[in-house]
Amino acid sequence: MNDASATTTHIVRARGLTKRYGAAVALDHVDFDIAAGRIVGLIGPNGAGKTTALKAILGLTEFEGELSVLGLDPRTQRTELMQQVCFIADVAVLPRWLRVSEAVDFVAGIHPRFSRDKCQAFLARTKLKPAMRVRELSKGMIVQLHLALVMAIDARLLVLDEPTLGLDILYRKEFYQSLLNDYFDEEKTILVTTHQVEEIEHILTDLIFIKDGKLIVNASMDEIGERYAEVMVAPEKVEAARALKPLNERGIFGKSVFLFDGVPQAQLAQLGELHKPSVADLFVATMKGTYA
Amino acid sequence: MNAPSAIRPATSTKPNPMQTLLWLLKREYWEHRGGFFWAPLIAGGVVIAILLLSMIVAEATAARHGVNIGNLNLDRISANMTPDQVATFNSGLAAGLMGMSIPIMATLFFVVFFYLLGALYDDRRDRSVLFWKSLPISDLDTVLSKVVAAVLIAPAFAIAALIAMHIVTLILISVYAGIHGVNPLPLLWNPAPLITMWIKLVCLIPVNALWALPTAGWLLLCSAFARSKPFLWAVAVPVALGAVLGFTQLLQQFSIPSAWYWKYIVGRILFGIVPGGWLGVGGNGTLRAITGGGDTNIELDKFDLVNSVLSWGHIFDAIGSIDLWIGVAAGAGLVVAAIWFRRRRVETSV
Repeated sequence: MNDASATTTHIVRARGLTKRYGAAVALDHVDFDIAAGRIVGLIGPNGAGKTTALKAILGLTEFEGELSVLGLDPRTQRTELMQQVCFIADVAVLPRWLRVSEAVDFVAGIHPRFSRDKCQAFLARTKLKPAMRVRELSKGMIVQLHLALVMAIDARLLVLDEPTLGLDILYRKEFYQSLLNDYFDEEKTILVTTHQVEEIEHILTDLIFIKDGKLIVNASMDEIGERYAEVMVAPEKVEAARALKPLNERGIFGKSVFLFDGVPQAQLAQLGELHKPSVADLFVATMKGTYA
Repeated sequence: MNAPSAIRPATSTKPNPMQTLLWLLKREYWEHRGGFFWAPLIAGGVVIAILLLSMIVAEATAARHGVNIGNLNLDRISANMTPDQVATFNSGLAAGLMGMSIPIMATLFFVVFFYLLGALYDDRRDRSVLFWKSLPISDLDTVLSKVVAAVLIAPAFAIAALIAMHIVTLILISVYAGIHGVNPLPLLWNPAPLITMWIKLVCLIPVNALWALPTAGWLLLCSAFARSKPFLWAVAVPVALGAVLGFTQLLQQFSIPSAWYWKYIVGRILFGIVPGGWLGVGGNGTLRAITGGGDTNIELDKFDLVNSVLSWGHIFDAIGSIDLWIGVAAGAGLVVAAIWFRRRRVETSV
């Protein structure tokens, strides 16, 4: 590892990141920075370019523009990069023939930052047995195994691509709980994409919305709270609310709920009760017309 | 943005490359235990079973017809044999043992062929490639481990199974002889030619490996390149090219016979992994010599057929042959191309 990566403040830095598949543009001159110690949610509709962005960061695809991850170029320095970056793509990418014990032995053998003791401790909390093969495991158990392997690696960036897809609520809760309690600290950074926004919004520190290859929102959760507000408006004030150009309007219990972007909160307070919008509501409002 | 990780020194302990390769080879063995370890053992076991069965049938038939083949004093017969006769017997025994080994060698060919075709394709199809690529292993190491597994590890297991089968065969024949009151030791267990043969078989593993490189490279290239049906790519492309060359008589324009293409291109990129495929290169027409053809420049020893076909001189001829080394260079080029595609083609759909 060179000194450049040791002094870098941004874990990921992208400038003009572009990826085309033939005529289709998956990423269109995207700029973003991800700082250390953050949990960043990369949220977008299907086909918006989330997975392409992750693949570029992991050096799994060619791209145009500038991208540095931990101060390294993912295109040419993949092997070095993967010593410090871990990756869980959606379930069932562990090879079906692999045994639990073989998985642990192999990663211990080739990964210089892997702690076998930590991994065994994580596995001891599950029903996984060393002789089990991946093909005998349920989806939830496969993710437990993968997570145990990844959490035992002292990496600086963890990339999760729909990590809990197809899991029941118990496994999903456990997954994020383990990550928060036993893995995450201020030296680690997590970049996660998921469609189950409600389940991760309370753990995110930063939010990136992506639509048609462009970033729509890129802000910390604190900034989101200041910028966006939801107001429950009584019928007589609806016209006044509409005049302020809300992002979205929906009805609930005979009242209208408006979502505003960048309107001063003091002004909105006169219209009705203020709420912090949920990420899901924000997502739906900003992505309007995506599939139309 | 001065998070603590910004100042934490990014220490990286480089893993020992030899250790990484060993783990990668272990990985290949775990995944392909069935093909590498069990398949040659089972092939050998079937041969042994057939041998055993024929002994039992022979015994039963003899008993039914009241034939008593006991008390045939082989001791005295062998004592009365001339040294030439003993040598001829040993030569026949060695040739017989090698003949019995053909099923194991054929198994090895099919195992290695399909192993190579799937080596860089199957994990892309089931997306487990994403797991392997999430680990700090270079594509170079990955592909090299598959080459080594195909041309050294799998053949080593096959040769071990083969020698074990030879030994079991000799024991079975000895027991059979013993039941009939014959002492098999002086004839069957003449150690020198047997041990020479086994040592040669082990020494031939690296020679076969060098000879197999173009095939290993071509099959791995197809495996890394194909988005579907690597088998079709591997076989159809050279065959179609051969057909085109045949129709257009392109090669004949350069006064190259079309057989040249089939022997030196198709033969080398698809059948180079046949054990002993290099036979007939060093010495002009060796294989014809075995089948009784005339023009040969190696002296076949009828007293030691196997060891004379696999003579040291002949093995060194093969190692020194330009054909072998052109193949090694071509194989290296194909492996480099396979690494290039392994780097870029991550999933079969993209």
